[in-house]
Amino acid sequence: MKCHFTVYRYDPQADEKPGYQEYEIDAEPTDKILDCLNKIRWEQDPTLAFRSSCAHGICGSDALMINGRIELACQKLVRDFKSGNNFVIEPLPLFDVVKDLIVDLEPFFEKYRQVEPYLEAAKNETGKEFIQEAENQEFIEPAVRCILCASCTAGCPINRANPDYLGPAALLRAFRYIFDSRDITTDKRLESIDSEDGVWGCKTMWWCTEVCPKEIPITKCLGQIKRAIKQSSKKK
Amino acid sequence: MEHQYDVIIVGSGLAGLRAAVEIGKDAHVAVLTKVFATRSHSGAAQGGIGAALGNEEEDHCEWHAFDTVKGSDYLGDQDAIEILANDAPRAIYELENLGVPFNRTPEGKIAQRAFGGHTSNYGKAPVKRACYAATRTGRVILDTLWEQSLRRGIEFFDEFQMLSLIVHEGQCCGVVAYELSTGQLHVFRSKAVLLATGGAGKIYKTTSNAFASTGDGMAIAYRAGAPLEDMEFVQFHPTGIYKLGILISEAARGEGGILLNNQGERFMERYAPIIKDLAPRDMISRCMLEEIRAGRGIDGKDYFHLDLTHLGEDVINKKLAEITSFARTYAGVDPVKEPIPVQPTCHYMMGGIAADASGHVIVDEKNTAFTGLYAAGECACVSVHGANRLGCNALLDTLVFGRRAGICIKEFIQAVDFPKLAEQTEKQDGDRINALMNSTGKESSGPIRSELQESMMENVSVFRQKDSLDAALAKIMQLKERYQNLSIQDKGGVFNRDLLDAIELGHLLDLAEVITCSALHREESRGAHSREDFPDRDDKNFLVHTMARIDADKGPQIFTKPVTITKFEPKERKY
Repeated sequence: MKCHFTVYRYDPQADEKPGYQEYEIDAEPTDKILDCLNKIRWEQDPTLAFRSSCAHGICGSDALMINGRIELACQKLVRDFKSGNNFVIEPLPLFDVVKDLIVDLEPFFEKYRQVEPYLEAAKNETGKEFIQEAENQEFIEPAVRCILCASCTAGCPINRANPDYLGPAALLRAFRYIFDSRDITTDKRLESIDSEDGVWGCKTMWWCTEVCPKEIPITKCLGQIKRAIKQSSKKK
Repeated sequence: MEHQYDVIIVGSGLAGLRAAVEIGKDAHVAVLTKVFATRSHSGAAQGGIGAALGNEEEDHCEWHAFDTVKGSDYLGDQDAIEILANDAPRAIYELENLGVPFNRTPEGKIAQRAFGGHTSNYGKAPVKRACYAATRTGRVILDTLWEQSLRRGIEFFDEFQMLSLIVHEGQCCGVVAYELSTGQLHVFRSKAVLLATGGAGKIYKTTSNAFASTGDGMAIAYRAGAPLEDMEFVQFHPTGIYKLGILISEAARGEGGILLNNQGERFMERYAPIIKDLAPRDMISRCMLEEIRAGRGIDGKDYFHLDLTHLGEDVINKKLAEITSFARTYAGVDPVKEPIPVQPTCHYMMGGIAADASGHVIVDEKNTAFTGLYAAGECACVSVHGANRLGCNALLDTLVFGRRAGICIKEFIQAVDFPKLAEQTEKQDGDRINALMNSTGKESSGPIRSELQESMMENVSVFRQKDSLDAALAKIMQLKERYQNLSIQDKGGVFNRDLLDAIELGHLLDLAEVITCSALHREESRGAHSREDFPDRDDKNFLVHTMARIDADKGPQIFTKPVTITKFEPKERKY
């Protein structure tokens, strides 16, 4: 069937300002939106720039806006949309556009690095694994599903208002280590995000949870962090 | 722009990052990656990583080694396989200690499950050897090693495409790379280069591999004179989603899923009476094609049903979460209620850059090292997988041999100074890019690539014979001619994907030629290489590695290298 694509275009080296370009392609209802973009690039316009790699929702390369909603282009099929055969494709909001659908994610990863995203464990003298209860592993499991696609942070209204806010993805990573029973720096981790730029920046608006392509209950996880901070300050 | 590092690692998947973590703060290390580090294709590995921990039932490293040798159809080098199996438990405990969130047993140990070709007691029954994190094992290890690399201050050059190796008087002294976001050329001067660039599944039409899996490291090493080993052995994984090739992990069968033909028959019982649906991948893919020829594909077509419905919602959602969502999203089926339509999909290259168990790239049958050049992971051929890799051994290979390469490189860089570079080392690459950018040819990458992928799928996949291989080779030569008339329509310097497509296509064409020539040379059937005109294994003539070295005029030159056999004498391979 014929599908009509309206695609955001911007080449900062050549264009004064961004614009939109129209394309018409033949697509199957089972084609991914990423397949459609590839069709445009391979058959009509090799200058169209977008990121992609695994093409099945694991690598996190191709988060963008489809019909005004943040999605992974490889995880949505033509048949998933009720917009008829018309699609509007735009880059992720919040971040600077490098070219067309490609944004600069460096600020996103900078926040991520700030939460010291690595296990701080006691020295393991056994020469084997740490014992971890299955329940604990299952508790942090939702956060482990994160693929760093930046959808949540791009979708969060607080991030737009406060550029210093760590944002949902970085806080979710903090959650993953705060509640990992093997980590011994829980208090330090809680302290480091006990601020308005940290977890209290979250106003429980649920937008991050709404757009997460891995269906991670991000807002709930952030709520668990808030509760843990309250409990730890009571103890003191 | 010029840079200088002790070590350049090309590729940010598990092999590259494990080496980076090993070298860590002891040296000045940079990782070059064509994607952003966490987008590497190791992240797509689903089902698990093999190690004889014995957390669920009795297991031994020697059983693991035997299974790997038998799985390789006796072509794997047994000294390297022993290293792989014996080092596996240490490698897993180390990952766990670094933070990898493995699933747990009720006692809080690392949980394990069954996987294809992994058995107890030398083939008696399936054994639970695969350590896993649901069906996202690769991704959680990738994230953990990336985070550990950040902690160690490893520098990353994300979205840099390697163009060539700098080789001076037989020594590798760095890499020339193209920065995607600016179009600039960069010269990275170094004492050692580790290639960890992964596979080349994009040579085939149906593949589980990422767009980035275009064999860049293999092709660039080959062009620099390093031989490629055992390239005819290409793994087709039996359970890709029908028409799409997206992988449904072997873990689905490890947890009890079964394959059914159009009679509703569990056909693997006929072919592998002992381990049935957990037979190795080469065997199941072959059996599927035989079932299709006998008219027993579903609806008479070229696919089968993978049935998980009897496993129950809890197992499916908890232990097989990711693949459940793939089936729902892409095939529109709910595995709790209905079977998943599957067919073989190109998954893994057993062959690669000839390397030894310390990571040295080797240049001949005597294992002479290519000074300064190392390789690990899927792009390398050590060879631990021989003619067919077992599931769960790929991740293990990256970690064990990534680390060993790291150790070896650390020693090497302490002993040597920076090699001298020729003036204007990047000129050749610059000229090549300019020629592509300014070409007025009439060809573009898209059609050449799809014709290549279709021909390789048709002629050089699970079953091969001389006629089809000759046809494929003729096609490749014709496509190589057309490649000379390629032009780039995107004239810009920012994220020029058109140019990147062209560079990658050049690599795919070179590798397709090597695969096809190696397959023509091997006149026997072994592991993933099934010659219909030579249906039997021929240990007398072909219990040897195929080595292909470039010759600019005559194409790949084939020679052979002996297989190392230690404990396990070649036997008939039955399951």
